[in-house]
Amino acid sequence: MTNIVSYEERIKSFNWEIAEQELNYQTGQVINIGWYCSDRICHLGKADKPGLIWEGSSGIEKRYTYNDIRLKSNTIAQFLQDLGIRPEERVCLFMDKIPELYIGFLGILKTGAIAQPLFSAFGDESLFIRLDNARTTAIITQKKHAPKVRKILGKMPYLKHLILVDAEPGKPLGEREVALNMDEAENVEHFQCFPTKAESPSVLHYTSGTTGQPKGVKHVHYSLISQYLTSKWVLDLREEDIYWCTADPGWVTGTSYGIIGAFSNGVTQCVLDAGFSAESWYRFIEKHRISMWYSAPTAIRSLMKAGEEVIRKYDLSSLRHLASVGEPLNSEAVIWSERVFGRPFLDTYWQTETGSIMISNYPGMKIKPGSMGKPFPGITATVIHPETYQPYDEPGRIGLIALKPGWPSMMRAYWNNEETYRKKFRNGWYLPGDRSSIDSEGYFWFVGRDDDVINTGGHLVSPFEVESALLEHPAVAESAVVSKPDFVNMEVVKAFVTLKPGFFPSSDLDLDIMNFVRKKLSPLAMPQEIEFIDNLPKTRSGKIMRRILHAKEWGEEIGDTSTLEND
Amino acid sequence: MKDVIKNYVIKEYVEDDTEITYDTPLISGGIVDSFSMVSLKRFLENKYKIAIPDDKATPEAFDSVDKICQLVGNYLK
Repeated sequence: MTNIVSYEERIKSFNWEIAEQELNYQTGQVINIGWYCSDRICHLGKADKPGLIWEGSSGIEKRYTYNDIRLKSNTIAQFLQDLGIRPEERVCLFMDKIPELYIGFLGILKTGAIAQPLFSAFGDESLFIRLDNARTTAIITQKKHAPKVRKILGKMPYLKHLILVDAEPGKPLGEREVALNMDEAENVEHFQCFPTKAESPSVLHYTSGTTGQPKGVKHVHYSLISQYLTSKWVLDLREEDIYWCTADPGWVTGTSYGIIGAFSNGVTQCVLDAGFSAESWYRFIEKHRISMWYSAPTAIRSLMKAGEEVIRKYDLSSLRHLASVGEPLNSEAVIWSERVFGRPFLDTYWQTETGSIMISNYPGMKIKPGSMGKPFPGITATVIHPETYQPYDEPGRIGLIALKPGWPSMMRAYWNNEETYRKKFRNGWYLPGDRSSIDSEGYFWFVGRDDDVINTGGHLVSPFEVESALLEHPAVAESAVVSKPDFVNMEVVKAFVTLKPGFFPSSDLDLDIMNFVRKKLSPLAMPQEIEFIDNLPKTRSGKIMRRILHAKEWGEEIGDTSTLEND
Repeated sequence: MKDVIKNYVIKEYVEDDTEITYDTPLISGGIVDSFSMVSLKRFLENKYKIAIPDDKATPEAFDSVDKICQLVGNYLK
């Protein structure tokens, strides 16, 4: 029997109070995610249950029971409070997938401050833009990432504390730096969690758009209701499960389902903090007897590419339930996983702004490979006309995905960006920016983005950000950035570049530009291909026509070129 | 060749004082991620005037300086 039991029955009688009652939460009471994910699980008699089993790239393993998680998140919370961190101040987590990231996240929430996780591969420019926008007060990081912070420290007078979790004892610390060794610090038995309420801010995740700077997506503590229940019904998390969410908490999946969903359900979760290889992943599943595996299409396609011989070397019989997120899961991957693992990866659809799964395939429900599935109970989703914003009546029409606002984990704002936030709503619908159709049985079928944002390996990259970075390279005169198809990552970044006088195309210049963007922004944003051209296609008013370059890369019709300059 | 590649990895992909040896795991060790492998492959192709087929540029083949040297050796004339 699955947790959801019957999708059809749940739809008929759904109310978010189901989750509120299970979590023993009543409207108006205190709700603090940090407490729910640690102290509450201990109160349920699971203090000694392993909560987090972590493995590093060198094979080192660390284990934390729920009581350890409670004590160590208390310790971090107390440390932050003693530093003077106040409720609603932004505290950034800038780390690899180490235990301090998972437990520190809860510690920050316990103080009432806002956790701002950032992907540790971000370059200094990407980091600065996001810290500056949030006016972040403190950043928790490792010594390997500290140089990127130190490089921009002078531009951030508001950043009062650089907290190093692995500072070497006796080694002098720099300006504004303090050390916190979580495993060696004396445990704090009692910490009075800040009495956050449903609408108190909790997490600030940054996401990219087509234009403008990245947007800070503000979530609140009440998001727990959605994250808890979707973890239980979609991921089907059960008491005896050993759960592995492969996402990095620098992105929303890693916090909503790699921290909040997992810990609030009191399951044992494993984390592998190492680079990808098929062998190491299968070994990890075998070693820890993973039963629920939440991963991403990019990883699944990489595993497909690695072949099936390697699968036969490992005992993967512990796998009970598989799900995927980040980008559409192609039908081949669903069919492949069913054949090689004996069960299909179930696609789930949602995004940073929604905070939790919106449309999904469910355990026990008929799966149509390649489909996004159906709306989660309590979520009203449809497809609307892109100009009138009216829902289509007949199945099969392609339009904009539209969600009726009001679920618990819906973002509450873009940080300091009310105008962009308002634009996400039309005719009473929230628009995630994706296109799809709905078939006659109510299944959603993903078509593509409704903007120029590039989804590479499940991560959104703004073409604007990459173009801006390219223009800072001394050789680049103009640039246009589009996606190009890629088997593993679905899309990758491609840049079209014109050069300044005195510079000439060469493979060395190509590499230099790639590395320039990689270090400034991130490896995800680095163009995987650069094409040097004499002129970029532009409108007569001088606007670069990305659409034409995109169509060329995807082998699509170029469409109307009547406004093209020099056509 | 070993030192050229090792020094390039240190210069381009290591931010702190992490020690890199010829057999340090680069991909599985999280020093070079899968996206950055593309730039490392480009460096090797430029430096040694070779073309490494995409299906040979696997995380396993790029996992250490030693393994990269082996891979490059296969394509040197």
